[in-house]
Amino acid sequence: MTSRWASLRAGLEEFYAGPYRRTLARARREEDDLFRMVVLAEALGVPDPAAYYTVELMPALYEDFHAWHRRMGMDRSPLEHVGCC
Amino acid sequence: MNALPLLLIGLAMFAGGYVLYSRFLGNRVYKLDASFRTPAHELQDGVDYVPTNKFVLWGHHFTSVAGAAPIVGPAVAVIWGWLPAFLWVTLGTIFFAGMHDLGALWASARNKGRSIGTLSGRYIGGRGANLFLVVIFLLLLMVVAAFAVVIKNLLISTPSAVIPAWGAVAVALLIGQAVYRYKMSLGLVTVVGVAALYGLILLGDAVPVELPDPILGMSPATFWIVALFVYAGIASLLPVWVLLQPRDYINGVQLFVGLGILFVSVLLSAPTIVAPAFNDAVPAGTPDLVPLLFVTVACGAISGFHGMVSSGTSSKQLDKETDARFVGYFGAVGEGLLALGAIIAATAGYRTLADWEAVYSAFGEGGVAAFVAGGGAILNSGLGLPVSLSSTVLATMAILFAATTMDTGVRLLRFVVQEAGEVAKVRIGNVAGTLITLAVGAGLTFSQGAGGEGGLRIWPLFGTSNQLLASLTLSIVAVMLIRKRRNPAPALIPLAIVFVMAFWAAVVQLGDFYDARDWLLLSIDLVIIVAALWVAFEAVVAMRRASQEPPEALDADVTEKVGPAR
Repeated sequence: MTSRWASLRAGLEEFYAGPYRRTLARARREEDDLFRMVVLAEALGVPDPAAYYTVELMPALYEDFHAWHRRMGMDRSPLEHVGCC
Repeated sequence: MNALPLLLIGLAMFAGGYVLYSRFLGNRVYKLDASFRTPAHELQDGVDYVPTNKFVLWGHHFTSVAGAAPIVGPAVAVIWGWLPAFLWVTLGTIFFAGMHDLGALWASARNKGRSIGTLSGRYIGGRGANLFLVVIFLLLLMVVAAFAVVIKNLLISTPSAVIPAWGAVAVALLIGQAVYRYKMSLGLVTVVGVAALYGLILLGDAVPVELPDPILGMSPATFWIVALFVYAGIASLLPVWVLLQPRDYINGVQLFVGLGILFVSVLLSAPTIVAPAFNDAVPAGTPDLVPLLFVTVACGAISGFHGMVSSGTSSKQLDKETDARFVGYFGAVGEGLLALGAIIAATAGYRTLADWEAVYSAFGEGGVAAFVAGGGAILNSGLGLPVSLSSTVLATMAILFAATTMDTGVRLLRFVVQEAGEVAKVRIGNVAGTLITLAVGAGLTFSQGAGGEGGLRIWPLFGTSNQLLASLTLSIVAVMLIRKRRNPAPALIPLAIVFVMAFWAAVVQLGDFYDARDWLLLSIDLVIIVAALWVAFEAVVAMRRASQEPPEALDADVTEKVGPAR
């Protein structure tokens, strides 16, 4: 009974989320790109008023940053001091 | 004639079609193979390509294709009598729509989940793909313009639906917040959401809203259309999780509830059909049954739009190829059920033939209003709901169908506008794209007058362009079957009938538009006729080429095998 209820709930959630999965993934990526730019603003040459708070988030962004610059058509990191690849 | 046997015969035909004909199609024609590695597995990315349970996928597919069209079409077409509409809906679903929807799903799954537009480039030629974009643009434009008028008419004819129709927007906004912001259980949210929706229906029934005339310098008709376009513009610009997603979801749940109560009511009340089987005394100005019946009932018998959904999203989520039979064919059966419900409501919900004839006084009359009034009477006698409450339930159901399709239509049309901008090397932002879309949609709706007369007059053109799209999909399926040296007759026969009827109807309408000096519709119709000829030419060339080339290897498109066939 419990497993049946769980599969019903899973089906319901799939029914809710499925049609919009792609749109939501795209929106999330856009938000992530914006967040990435805010954190890396200083390194990208944009004056960053929140640099003091965001600098310690940089290491967490290396992997994302790598995927981002490849999406932007740059095979290697465009920033000398961000050595993701 | 009693409606109960009609319902039972219809249900038996659909069941027979699914059990027998779809099995024949699956085993002999498409040769569905459970060991075929579907795109959902091969290209699984957690976003587009996700293997999905077949019942859930059927739910997605069915709610995506179900809109106001399977209600509007049959409820207009019964003007020729209930029998032609009944036969076209049942036989059309079994031999045309099921074949077409299952075929589109199969064709796309065999081609890495690509859309019909891309497939037309591969199988018919590059010009086929361009044609596809033109037809899509026209179809979406017609949906946006026509549905604005359908909703406006319902809001005016059933003022008790005003509160639930607009209240559903608030319910959807709250569901979006509850699911995403407060991470509440979806089961609970669903129950509360549906209860709130029906609470609003009760409230609306007690407090009907009739707008003063004029309101803000406009007639109520003009005001509602403007309000709907403003709403659709805002809805299409908001992040989807805020409004569109929860709205589509709650509407999907409501679809099952609404269909359920309508069929149960027919079973319980067994109403008498007052309309004639064949209407010998059609009102003056009613076009001939052939070919107009075949384009008036599009969704509910065969619809090119279903091929877009099949190949656009459903094929990317197919867990096993054999699931295509349930998702594609049974999805078409679901649409047929909705159309059958609309026929019964629009013919058996009136007390006398005179009452029915008063509603169907001219071609294009009846429609959703007849579905709401007639269906309301059936709910009243079946479930004992008060007549006005029953009408409110059905009007709200029809408005929600039309509104979710309209706001999604505006969003999709914006994408087409933005894509066209890219081709012309002009960057069109979201807001600018939406404004262009709204201006074009509203322009078409108001092209015949401030009451939105232009919106519904193009409805027969929706049928023709929709059937044209179905012809394109069927010709792709036929080319694939010929290449594999399988029997193409199950695709070629519906293709020939649908194409001839759509083309014939477009030519008949051309004369009508010329007589009426209606240059806008005449131009759109001309585009459709040119596109139809184009499709025919390209398809014949592609089929001839396919029959002359050496046959395809048995597993030419089987990318990878996983285990033995089951």
